[in-house]
Order: sequence, then structure tokens, then C-alpha cells
Amino acid sequence: MKRHRLTQLMLATAIVASSVNSTAALAQDNNSAYPDMGKLLATGGISTVEGAGGGGITPWALIGGYGTQDSYGANVHYTYLSTQDFALDSYGAALGLFDRVELSVAKQKFRANNGPLNGLTIEQNIVGVKVKVAGDAVYDQDSWMPQIAVGAEYKTNSGLTGLLNAPVTALGAKHTNGTDYYIAATKIFLDQSVIADLTLRATEANQMGLLGFGGDLNNSYKAEIEGSLGYLFSKNWIAGAEYRHKPRNLAADKEGAYYDAFVAWFPSKNVSLTLAYANLNSIVAPVTKNEDKQHGLYLSLQTGF
Amino acid sequence: MKRTPHTICALFALIGLINGAQAQSGMTNSAPAMSMEANDSLFQQFGGKEGISKIIDDFLVVWQADPRISGKLQEADVDRLGALLKEQINQLTGGPAVYSGKDMKTAHEKMGLRNMDFNALAEDLQTAMEKNGVASRAQNKLLAKLAPMEHQIVTK
Repeated sequence: MKRHRLTQLMLATAIVASSVNSTAALAQDNNSAYPDMGKLLATGGISTVEGAGGGGITPWALIGGYGTQDSYGANVHYTYLSTQDFALDSYGAALGLFDRVELSVAKQKFRANNGPLNGLTIEQNIVGVKVKVAGDAVYDQDSWMPQIAVGAEYKTNSGLTGLLNAPVTALGAKHTNGTDYYIAATKIFLDQSVIADLTLRATEANQMGLLGFGGDLNNSYKAEIEGSLGYLFSKNWIAGAEYRHKPRNLAADKEGAYYDAFVAWFPSKNVSLTLAYANLNSIVAPVTKNEDKQHGLYLSLQTGF
Repeated sequence: MKRTPHTICALFALIGLINGAQAQSGMTNSAPAMSMEANDSLFQQFGGKEGISKIIDDFLVVWQADPRISGKLQEADVDRLGALLKEQINQLTGGPAVYSGKDMKTAHEKMGLRNMDFNALAEDLQTAMEKNGVASRAQNKLLAKLAPMEHQIVTK
């Protein structure tokens, strides 16, 4: 099973690499060797906790980085999320190519800080790819057409450590790795100073994959709806909210939706800082008798070009 | 969890209220960002004819000092360009002027402009508008009308 998925990933990478090589050859220009940082401020989005460009908890159709269609851009991110009983660190990097393809990697480190699971840590690696397929969020102001992108996030859970050592299947999950597939539609309504996104994700991940993939209640892909709405206070400040519905595959986890209210600051094209209040709902509450609604602070830093 | 749909509905309603309370244009058409304002309140937010004149004068200074695109200005008749820009912005914001220049495609087709050139110009315009105290919402309303021109102006 693992070898098959690895082959899939290698094949996908080879396809992307060869398409990048051919588009790079087409874009031979005197300046294309250097990142042009030509996109408008904030139009690369921030980094999701899974490494993709977009909002904080859902990927958008925007391609990360400030490289225009003639160039490339990249960034790294670090995100910290803390609730009553848990904490999540996410860090990673993303590369945007010709404002068309986005590649990302991220590591998630999840730990329980309280209650019977205190000391439990779980890690997950995520490799993401996204391709813009239609529209332009910034320039198509005279039509209803959004920018549309499709993407995939290949996730590998490295198991439970700390409190106990076991693969994540010990909690009821059927698999230790899995792939999410999504389609995102994003549009900036400049006339209203609003940015909006709607993302549809096919997933079998439990708590984004931190508790494995598939489970005793359900072991098939589910279509989940996610969205973001932001108000552009100025070219440097966006505030808004996000929502992400999740499947419930495990009896041991009364999994619900994630949502957050955020403020993002873009002082320059080299850095952005996002502060949010996040509600993650239940995380294994029936097992731990922990707080049914995990909520708390979300802080994210992105730096790049 | 039961609160979730209500929270989302409340959020959409709040955005609607903000937009409703600050609505400037009398747009009745179905597509967003029509090319012209139905009334002149955006024109007033830009300071009318004099305000726009000052903004464009400042914009040309910022452009001249922008190493990314100052070269494009060397080839231009700056006085004529300034006059045409003032006409265009005046008309787009709902003022009485009528733009008398060439269409965007014809005016730019021989320049081989790239997306980053267009964006650099937009950023310089933002700088000039900010310098003249134009509210961010009003700036975005003008940018909404200018943004679709990218398709005609960028040829490379």
C-alpha cells in the first residue's frame, strides 16, 4: 500500500516537474531567472496549517508567492495554534511557479498538554500541489467568474509518540496516510472590498489526518465544504472568518467543524502576520473527557518573496 | 456546533450591512464593477476635478521615481498622458469628463507590457491616492474599474 502511494507521488511530481520545465523554457526572457515580486500585495494569500496558499484553515485558488505569470515566488511559514488541551505547530514552505502551479511541504506537530492524554504527540508530513485552471481573482472584476484551482494534499502520519508509541491506527483509523483532493474558487470583489473563497474537499482524514485516515464509523471519501470571507480594510489589512466542515470517521472522536475569525497584516511583500481566534470543536472528547469545544489562539508568520 | 450556521449567517449579514451602509454607486446591473458610476459620489470622494488632477500629478511623480517602470515614461508625452489620465479617472469615478484617448488595447499594443508592469503602475496609483487621503474603499472602487483593463494592456 505504502509503495503504491509513493509511486503515485513520484509520478505526480514527475508530471509537475516536466510541465514546469517546459513552461520555464517558454518563459525565456532576460528577467525570468529572478523572482519578479510583481503580484499585488496579499494576492498570494497566507499559509494554511497544511502548507497550501490560501487562508488559515482552507486552501484558496490563489497561487502562493509574489511571482507573476512570468516568474516565481516562494515563502516559508510557521503557525502556532493553542487550545485548552492541545497545541499545534505547523511549519513549511511553498513555491509558486508562473502564478499557475503551487508546490508545498509542511510538517504538523500536534500535542496534548492536559488531561489523560497529556504528553501525547503526533506528527504529520504534508506534500501539496495546486494548479490554477481558470479565471483571475484580481483582474476579472467585470465578471462573476472566480479564479479556480484544483489541488491535492498527500499526508503521512508518523504515529503517536510521547505518552505512548503506536501507529495512529491504534486510535481507530484505518490508514496512516491519505490524500485530500480539493477544488477552490476565490474572488476579490474590489468594488465591495471583499475577498471570498469556497473550497470543496474530498477527504477521509480525521482531524486533518492527525488522527489518521478512515475509521470504524466510515471508511470512504467524503465531500466537505470550506469557505472564507474577508474584508479588505486597506491594502495591508484583511479581517474575516473561515469555516471548514469535517467528516466524522471515528467513534472515539466527536469531530466537528473548524472555524476562525482572523486579522491578517501585510506590511510588505516579504512578510505577513495573522492573528486568529480558532474554534476546533471536539478533539477526542469522548475519550479524554476534555473540553468539548477546543478553542484558542492562532498565530501565523509567513516570510518570502 | 448548532450555533455554526447562525454564526455564518450573521457574518454574511454583517458584511451586507457594512456594504449597504457605505454603498456609493447606484449600480443596478447584474455584473460587478460596471465601467461607470451611476452617480458622482465616488468622484466627490476623489476630490472632484481638482482632487483627481492633484492625484494624477502626484502619480506621475511616483511613476517617474519607480525604477521598475520609469523607463516607460521616458518614451511618453507626459503632459498629454497626464491630461488623458485625468479625463479617464474623472469619467470612471462618475465625473462629467469624457475620455478622448485611444482604447486601452490600441494605446498599449506596441509596448510589450508584462503583468508586473501593470501591477507596478497600480501600486504607484495607490501610493498617490493614499498621499491624497482617498479612503481605501474608494480606492478599491476605482481599482475595480481599472483591473479588467489588464487583459487589454498586457500583451507579453
